[in-house]
Amino acid sequence: MLAHEFIRNAYLAGTFVALACGLVGWFAVLRGQVFAGDALSHVAFVGAIAAAVVGVDERVGLFALTLGLAAVMAGLGRRAQANDVTIGVVFSWVIGIGVLLIAVLSTGSSGGDGLIVANTLFGSIFGLGMGQSIVAAAIGLAVVLAAVAIARPLLFASLDGELAALHGVPVRALGLVLLLLIGAVTAEGTQAIGALLVLGLVAAPAGAALRLTSKPYLGMAFSAGIALVAMWGGIALSYVIPSLPPSTAIIGLAVGAYALASLASNIALWAPPSQLRTRETMGKVHSS
Amino acid sequence: MNNPTLTWNLVKDVHELLVYQFMVNALQAGTIVAVMAGVVGWFVVLRRQSFAAHTTAMMSFPGASGAALAGLPTALGYYLACGIAALAIGRSGGASRRGRSGESAAVGVVQVAGLALGFLFLSLYSGVLEQLETLLFGTFLGIDGNQVLTLAIVAVVVLAALLAIGRPLLLSSLDPEAARARGLPVGLFDVGFLLILGLTVAATSQITGALLVFALLVAPPAAAQALTPRPGLSLALSVVFALLVTWLGLGISYFSIYPLGFFVTSFGFALYVAAKLAHRTAAALRRSPRADEPMAATV
Repeated sequence: MLAHEFIRNAYLAGTFVALACGLVGWFAVLRGQVFAGDALSHVAFVGAIAAAVVGVDERVGLFALTLGLAAVMAGLGRRAQANDVTIGVVFSWVIGIGVLLIAVLSTGSSGGDGLIVANTLFGSIFGLGMGQSIVAAAIGLAVVLAAVAIARPLLFASLDGELAALHGVPVRALGLVLLLLIGAVTAEGTQAIGALLVLGLVAAPAGAALRLTSKPYLGMAFSAGIALVAMWGGIALSYVIPSLPPSTAIIGLAVGAYALASLASNIALWAPPSQLRTRETMGKVHSS
Repeated sequence: MNNPTLTWNLVKDVHELLVYQFMVNALQAGTIVAVMAGVVGWFVVLRRQSFAAHTTAMMSFPGASGAALAGLPTALGYYLACGIAALAIGRSGGASRRGRSGESAAVGVVQVAGLALGFLFLSLYSGVLEQLETLLFGTFLGIDGNQVLTLAIVAVVVLAALLAIGRPLLLSSLDPEAARARGLPVGLFDVGFLLILGLTVAATSQITGALLVFALLVAPPAAAQALTPRPGLSLALSVVFALLVTWLGLGISYFSIYPLGFFVTSFGFALYVAAKLAHRTAAALRRSPRADEPMAATV
């Protein structure tokens, strides 16, 4: 399997993008910001199309738009937390502009517009060249390093913003940095492996990890680990079963992990130990 | 159709619009959808469920590709997929009462699961899903009388359901604890509202496209709620705004070479920004020394 170059490229890019998604996703889920990542992944194609209209490299458009929009969302929300309604309104307007740009492109008779949309929304991890996958891996690695570097203060700011602010932690700046990191992962991931995969790897492994453990660093490791396993397993699965698209296989594994984790945490909640737990908490209430 | 041009004579322009049957159909469909989206969206904004709304909207993709694979009508696929997604979100949201973070992850997971399935259906179908762009960005051309009729039936069902549970739903949205204390089945309302939302989104996305439902579903009600805290008034305003956005969008895109989606989202966005600005100015005027953050951030 590894004799094929496209598989090697997929593994190279996939490994680091998955790690980045899993890590950044853990914070996104913790802070209830999955919608922000989702919106960024949908608007990314608008950046690519805008770049095509202006005539610059599509990567420039992608990064400019997702990073810019991440900053806007952070600026409009309180504590640099993107707010549900704001995301919805801004995001639909940006897509409306994208629709306009598609029309401009197609009346400009250059064609291929639908292709860009389809590629950026559902880009394929099996279509990566050597150079592209190295760039994707490098950006993934950079995001991982940045996330690790700010993990401690960001964790503090996410769990108790008020207290963190009192301790002099730059809560707003950290929120902005997280959204920018999500934006960077989205911009790179979207054109390399498709918006669908990015969102899946941001939401599902992190959701699973947060159900499995409440310990933060273990949770981050779980999240990145699950994303990585889903990526590796998905690529292999889709290689073995040709009619199974890689995105579906990878997402399938990630969603499966989430479902299992939910099941496990529900069983842990409702099985006999739960009575024990209630008695414990009740005892606490009584004694206090 | 000879090239339509906008003149300064508005009556003549509107008259020209109504000459074509397809335009009449589009206006009827748009009006039905706008009323529905204005009312349901008002609750979406109140309950902060934009993400859930967006997720159900994305289900039109697996819906359409699944229907193509199974040889069913596309619209049926829309409604089925949106309904299933609504149940899945309600189920996972209800099972985990762990607040914002759990819910945001669950909704995201439902969305990617649906999209991944859609992608699988598409590759199994091996044909070309021609209306991909229509699916995402909508169209107002070629809506036939049957579609208008279906939309009308869906709208009646949705509005009747909301009329039936409107008051208790309002209470359980604003204050779930108080509602639970009064013995209201809050969990049931959650799932019921998601089903109503699923129906509405499936209907709306046939006109606006899956990616643009928010132009009608979130922007008008958010603008209305920024303008007034009174529920009845803002609900009415929300419907009026949604109608305005739809009619203006349809009218102008008829005369323009550019697509409906651009106009509808731009009007929705402009309305929202204007309402927010009005709200801020009013708040600043009311207590001029210093306008507090929390007030401005309530909506």
